[in-house]
Amino acid sequence: MTVSKIWVLAEATDGKVATTTLEILAKARELADTVEVVTASGAEIAAEVGAHGATKVLAVGGTEGKLLGAPLAGAIAAAIAAGNGPDAVLMATSYTGRDVAGRLSVKIDAPVITNVVDLVERDGRLAGVEPIFGGVTDVITKFTTDKVGIFLVRPKSFAAEESGGAAASVEELSVPDLGATGTAVVTSRFVEEKTGPSLDEAAVVVSGGRGLGEKDNYQLVEDLAKLLQAAPGASRAIVDAGWVPYSYQVGQTGKVVKPTLYIAAGISGATQHLVGMKGSKNIIAINKDAEAPIFAVSDLGIVGDVHKVLPKLIEALQARS
Amino acid sequence: MANLVAESEFLLSVLSEPQSQGMLLGMNVVVCVKQIPDPADPGALDPQTNTLKRDGKLILDESDSYGVEMALQLVDTAGGGEVTLVSMAPNGEVSGLRTALAMGAAKAVLVSDPALAGSDALGTSKVLAKAIQRAGEADLILTATESSDGYTGVVPEQIAELLQLPSITFAKEITIEGNTLKVQRQTEAGYDEVESPLPAVVSVTAGVVEPRYPSFKGIMAAKSKPVDQVTVADLGIDPSAVGWAGGGQEIVEVAQAEARAGGTIVEDDGEGFQKIVDLLAELKVI
Repeated sequence: MTVSKIWVLAEATDGKVATTTLEILAKARELADTVEVVTASGAEIAAEVGAHGATKVLAVGGTEGKLLGAPLAGAIAAAIAAGNGPDAVLMATSYTGRDVAGRLSVKIDAPVITNVVDLVERDGRLAGVEPIFGGVTDVITKFTTDKVGIFLVRPKSFAAEESGGAAASVEELSVPDLGATGTAVVTSRFVEEKTGPSLDEAAVVVSGGRGLGEKDNYQLVEDLAKLLQAAPGASRAIVDAGWVPYSYQVGQTGKVVKPTLYIAAGISGATQHLVGMKGSKNIIAINKDAEAPIFAVSDLGIVGDVHKVLPKLIEALQARS
Repeated sequence: MANLVAESEFLLSVLSEPQSQGMLLGMNVVVCVKQIPDPADPGALDPQTNTLKRDGKLILDESDSYGVEMALQLVDTAGGGEVTLVSMAPNGEVSGLRTALAMGAAKAVLVSDPALAGSDALGTSKVLAKAIQRAGEADLILTATESSDGYTGVVPEQIAELLQLPSITFAKEITIEGNTLKVQRQTEAGYDEVESPLPAVVSVTAGVVEPRYPSFKGIMAAKSKPVDQVTVADLGIDPSAVGWAGGGQEIVEVAQAEARAGGTIVEDDGEGFQKIVDLLAELKVI
């Protein structure tokens, strides 16, 4: 194996490692002999990442209350400069992951390969597979230099799986002086109350798009979702229009979902959206335009008006329950 | 490009000193905008280079209209100052910039150079950082969270690092109090309140403000607003450091992704809902 050491950026909340991190660890240990994690969390994640194949936790201290992009990128770059770096750094396409990737890219003057859904080897280097045009085409990109490869990996690209490894050892990774770049601090955190299953985990997702016509009609999506114990989602178009919060967005930006069933109501199926839901096991689409791209990925497509189909569907389901 | 880091120190002195506490002397905001092919047109790859074709008419990326609107509102609130646009394009295209100028931006710096063709995110950021420097004193630099055609999403942080500035990505709301920038930053669970001193780089989430429509007067005025068109060399960047040559990454393969098998498509005759109920039952969802 020519890729000998991979670092994975490990994100955790209250000591619980993010699923996206565990997914990447599963792939990383397939690719490299040594897999280590870099994290702003400390020893409390050593057992969990160890069980998923990491042998070492590189704990970046002193980040409490700070935005993590600058300190984590600073610590990784300093280790690389000191000759202790890996062959590649993998991180999830998350808020923190993107911040770290951008800063690190400048620090080591190397590009980032983004939106990666798979990692392969090409000519002895790690290369990223990125879907474009709504997932119709895959491009494989590799770096042309021997610098450390930075990859941003999409959520749900790999299945998280335990390796049965022992708890990882813990080592400090120090942060150099960051000057002005390290001055952004988090003063408070707000958690939006959400009821019902989350988009990430729901077995059924019902999403609405511009075809709903107006904001108030999103209630139809909410009603259907409730009946099916589904998570409500949305296309970027109606998020941008301010109908629903960003946290509802399914797509290239927003959440990648792979439920058992995905119902797209009034969504035409722009590239942006298809990438986020194409991996669903079953897809039902309702759209009045027979030419809409969403029908190309649908198991069942109803060419019709969502304002007519959805109320009847809701009524029929209510009658059954 | 090796001198970029050294020059970023110089740049700090060029960026304006923050306004004195409590005095609303106005603020200058630079907004990075991208002109992209109309997303309504189907995308295509250039068969020679395997990158996105960008040869048709370009429009202002809708994602950027939120940053422009946010900047105009902040300048209004501050009681003075101006909004400057910074953009790059291989072919001197300005139609997208005119849209943002018509909304109310005062001027623009357009880096236009054939050498830019094929630039990756890092090359783009290096050029934009220099162009921001050229745009004059900036208290705040706004970008979108990502473009609607390339989607890399790393440019805001790269610009911030090149300029050695703090950055806050995914902003839903921005307020300025004295020298302090306060941002509501989108998170997985909700949002965080984040603060940093100015100057700073902030990426703005789409949909958080209502971009104004350019008025007729604005459209007419935009025609005579200054667009400072410069080349890569004008910015002191070696053209071989950007574009294809400067990339540091190459596409080695383009393949058709695995296609989903086509399903059943039916016209709704008033009973279409029943087909859905049947499938839901078959899948044991109900």
